Amino acid sequence: MNTQTTLPARAGVGLKADHYETILADRPGVGWFEVHAENYMGAGGPPHYYLERIRRDYPLSIHGVGLSIGSGGPLDRAHLERLKTVVGRYEPEAFSEHLAWSTHNHTFFNDLLPLPYTRDSLARVSEHVDQVQQTLGRQMLLENPATYVTFETSTMSEAEFLLDVVERTGCGLLLDINNVYVSATNHRYSPLAYIEAFPLAHVGEIHLGGHAPDKDNDGRDLLIDAHDRAVAEEVWDLYDKTVALSGPLPTLIEWDNEVPQWAVLFDQAAAAQRILNGDRGRVHRAISG
Amino acid sequence: MEIGGGCTVPSLAELQRRFARALRDPGLPAPLPLRSSSDGRRFDVYRNNVTVSLVDALRSTFPAVHRLVGEEYFAAAARAYISEHPPRSPVLLLYGETFGEFLDRFPSASGAPYLGDVARLEWARMNALHAADAAPTGIDGLSGLPEESLESAALVPHPSLGLVASRWPVVSLWQASVDPGGEVEVDMRKPEQALVVRPALMVEVRRLPPGGAVFVGALLSGCRLGEAVQQAADAAEQFDLAMLLQLIFEAGAVAAVNPI
Repeated sequence: MNTQTTLPARAGVGLKADHYETILADRPGVGWFEVHAENYMGAGGPPHYYLERIRRDYPLSIHGVGLSIGSGGPLDRAHLERLKTVVGRYEPEAFSEHLAWSTHNHTFFNDLLPLPYTRDSLARVSEHVDQVQQTLGRQMLLENPATYVTFETSTMSEAEFLLDVVERTGCGLLLDINNVYVSATNHRYSPLAYIEAFPLAHVGEIHLGGHAPDKDNDGRDLLIDAHDRAVAEEVWDLYDKTVALSGPLPTLIEWDNEVPQWAVLFDQAAAAQRILNGDRGRVHRAISG
Repeated sequence: MEIGGGCTVPSLAELQRRFARALRDPGLPAPLPLRSSSDGRRFDVYRNNVTVSLVDALRSTFPAVHRLVGEEYFAAAARAYISEHPPRSPVLLLYGETFGEFLDRFPSASGAPYLGDVARLEWARMNALHAADAAPTGIDGLSGLPEESLESAALVPHPSLGLVASRWPVVSLWQASVDPGGEVEVDMRKPEQALVVRPALMVEVRRLPPGGAVFVGALLSGCRLGEAVQQAADAAEQFDLAMLLQLIFEAGAVAAVNPI
């Protein structure tokens, strides 16, 4: 099965409450918006009021951050039902979740925690992706994580693992280029080699976000997937090389913490759009200028 | 299952049990079988992400408590709360329902015994913000009823309606905290009862007059108008029904008036 996202192959932006009014008033020329599913799981109120209005004019992606698809235990059925409600209410062009776990024994950790890449976890993740796709009645996209640790017990690479999930379930992939750069730096491999090994034909969406630099105990670079600043120059460069390999794909600017004014997000989206348009030189001038 | 050096590979569930335990207990080492290059500092990124993101979630739900006690105290109280009452659901919009009760018991809160009530008011606001939408009804729905059916009429509470009764001036404390430049006078000898409701997009907080909390509480528990009036009159000598009805209808606290 090919990836069936119907998002336009343009730059989109993560929708934040701070920008609801500006977007409704100005109808900025971005390709689409993405929301976190969990922020729209209340019964009513301002989030739904604004999203209903914004959704009328823009394609929408719904991105889950709490389903814990990588749980060793069963998926939370109540949460799956809530996702079904949100997806039914907004009928988004894409639905995505993470290759990670966040709940254990009914405690929610609010972080995307890493998995060992083994036959055992492959079976578990595939079973859960099947269950999500059956419940929602549609294909989902699964996102590569940013990780800070790896497991001795992993028997395959992340890219191999993701391709196996795609082959078993027919899901698509969400390629987070910042996550690739963060993980590659943290575990000291080539981010470009990761992209070249990635099953790009199954990618339905790309994420770009900012990361925070830190150091580990040995003084080596440790990058944190913070989503609190502009996309780094190295990540733009990797994105440019990815698009050269994959062709244009729907691309999201994610900025979830220390959310800036709308104009700053719009500029980041415009920079992504220029790369999608194949105009790299101008991007570099725009970023460095 | 055995691999290479004879170490046993834990099941995914067992690995996550160890990982989760180490996340919650900073005294424990990073869980096996992380790679050796994955030192403690790296595992600490996860510990830090969990704590910081949940403290942030509480700070955004309880801004008045945060301002009243300052960052250092708030972060300490929030960390203790997270450790004792971690979220049970990935929907964090309404995380912190029991933060008020927790603050009532939190030892160093003794200098500010009203903190729990301010937290309950803030949680009621958050609950109202995300409650189901409904158009409120006006007082004419009631004044149009024949007199004989008034007693048995049901005032259906708006889905967002909440009530916070306090021994402290909870509304004034909250207002003074969210609007520090404003001219709110806080008289600590004067208890206040708060009505919280979201008739449209904005959450409203109103002080209820004497007997008001009993009356609204009775409506919320399903009492008919006559019963609610009786309970409120028994509870407060100066209970003024006309003024209270004016206030609650004007606030948008009634979704429907059903004659029986």
